[in-house]
Amino acid sequence: MFHSRLFLGTGKFSSLTVMRDTLTVSGAELVTVALRRADLSGKDDPFADILQYVDREKFLIIPNTSGAMNASEAVRLSRLAVEAGLPKWVKVEIHPDPRYLLPDPVETLKATEILVKEGFTVLPYINADPVLAKRLEDAGAAVVMPLGSPIGSNRGLETRAQLEIIIEQATVPVIVDAGLGAPSHAAAAMELGAAAVLVNTAVAIANNPPLMVRAFAAAVSAGRAAYETGLPDARRSASATSPLTGFLEVAR
Amino acid sequence: MSFIEQLENLDKRQSATLRRFGELLTGSVPLERLAQQSALLTRQYFGRTMRLFAPLYVSNECVNICKYCGFSRDNAILRVTLDYEQVEAEARFLVAQGFRSILIVAGEHPKFVAPNYLVECIQRIRRMVPSVSLEVAPLTVEEYRTIVSAGAEGLTVFQETYDPELYARLHTAGPKKDFAWRLACPERAYEAGFRRIGLGALLGLGEWRREALSLAAHVEYLLKHCWKSHITVCFPRLRPAAGAFQPLRHMDERDLTRLICALRVTFPQIGLVLSTREHPQFRDGIAPLGITSMSAGAHTEPGGYTGAGREKLRLTQCGKPLTVIPAEDESATPQFIISDSRATAEVAARLKEIGLDPVWKDWEYAFEGAA
Repeated sequence: MFHSRLFLGTGKFSSLTVMRDTLTVSGAELVTVALRRADLSGKDDPFADILQYVDREKFLIIPNTSGAMNASEAVRLSRLAVEAGLPKWVKVEIHPDPRYLLPDPVETLKATEILVKEGFTVLPYINADPVLAKRLEDAGAAVVMPLGSPIGSNRGLETRAQLEIIIEQATVPVIVDAGLGAPSHAAAAMELGAAAVLVNTAVAIANNPPLMVRAFAAAVSAGRAAYETGLPDARRSASATSPLTGFLEVAR
Repeated sequence: MSFIEQLENLDKRQSATLRRFGELLTGSVPLERLAQQSALLTRQYFGRTMRLFAPLYVSNECVNICKYCGFSRDNAILRVTLDYEQVEAEARFLVAQGFRSILIVAGEHPKFVAPNYLVECIQRIRRMVPSVSLEVAPLTVEEYRTIVSAGAEGLTVFQETYDPELYARLHTAGPKKDFAWRLACPERAYEAGFRRIGLGALLGLGEWRREALSLAAHVEYLLKHCWKSHITVCFPRLRPAAGAFQPLRHMDERDLTRLICALRVTFPQIGLVLSTREHPQFRDGIAPLGITSMSAGAHTEPGGYTGAGREKLRLTQCGKPLTVIPAEDESATPQFIISDSRATAEVAARLKEIGLDPVWKDWEYAFEGAA
């Protein structure tokens, strides 16, 4: 059972010590680590020791397959991670396009199908495509992780309209991932009804990452509370105090 | 349209992106403002990190005459091609330093540096590090495929100069004379499945703004046509080398800074690479502004790290052995003299002081085979 609705990524920090300190104060319980930066050989490589900086007592490490170009690479990498003693959870991240790091829907579905059959808890990173989200649910994905905007772009919920549909239709938790550049973006995602958000760049490159992560944590709580209470419907126009159809009521 | 056609028409037809890039080179934007924008974008897209790699020169044998290059065939220099055990010894040294990303470099020689030699080198090094890339003479798509299958993920080919006339004057003998064959290397590399493709112009040959514009056009073309590969640009400025070639055009550090920042602002997501051709103070200063990957502790001669291959050095000129016998402790002749001779650990420590996390491993064995 998890309490925090804030998931964190571990890339882009100025040092692994800063990353560790940030995780410690975040209240987060799930963190994702790019396997390509970790040592999977079991040799405790001091030059690839990112996993040593994540306390496994406190955090569930979800390995991610960032760098994989297709399903077979993602599957191979996931298996290696389990052999290296990591949890049988995997954030499937397949982006053949190194420029915008946008996920490949076809390969992501393929990898999810294989990994679910092998007993993995699969968290697929996807574009905000409602049909793909349903297909992944059918394939047995534990959650879906649609993007708010491209990784590292800090542009917030550019996919809002699609996210609303995904959340409305989902039978699994929806975790908004990528592009959340400010605590207000995270709050907005939670207000929409996201089960959680995953944040990395905005925290990692902040001048004071521990302070920024607390700001995100507060925003996530605030957004969730607002969602649970129910936001008043935003009205598209003013309601006229003198109804335009009032004349119909006037007796002849 | 192929890139060579685009290059030929560069004066007549430029995209809005290229026109804006050209303006950034002219000084219309103050350098300080450009640098701040560049630093911000680099931090946003790449975080506070710096990838580190080291070159591993396996051979300085070469059949080309290139007027600026220390390995040029007509230079009387000490040459050697490392055997596989020697390549492994050099790689072991680099692994002990921390490197998990190695760039194999070699001169062009169909006998000493044949594709099957490179394949064996890659396979042996890849047992020790996950990321192996190459900077070697142009090959065919088929040859590149065997290189990719052996486990190499990156290929770097510098065009040297994008001006075909100047290119012809500087490359007077050998297969490297073929400008177009070299220019199309990145596309052949992509077809063969390389995941990272590195470009560059040798700075100090042509007028730098002109070279920069052509280079940016090349980047723009490859981002569209080779969309699954990570495009990187390196900034080799001419350094003193055997043959004592003098730069034809001057490019100072302000110019180089402007070029790096202008490329970053124009193409926020590409990798920008800096070698030890530049001196420590400049490298430390430019590191947070736009660079994403750096070499460190580098040697530019085969056997430079361990002394491997010294027993079989040959002093040759134009392929003919000269009778002078090298002194016992003499090493092979380097391609050029480096400017940052700090030890690897020192460079890594300095990066941390600047607030950048040195990243050694950023690749996995699970990524392999053609795209």
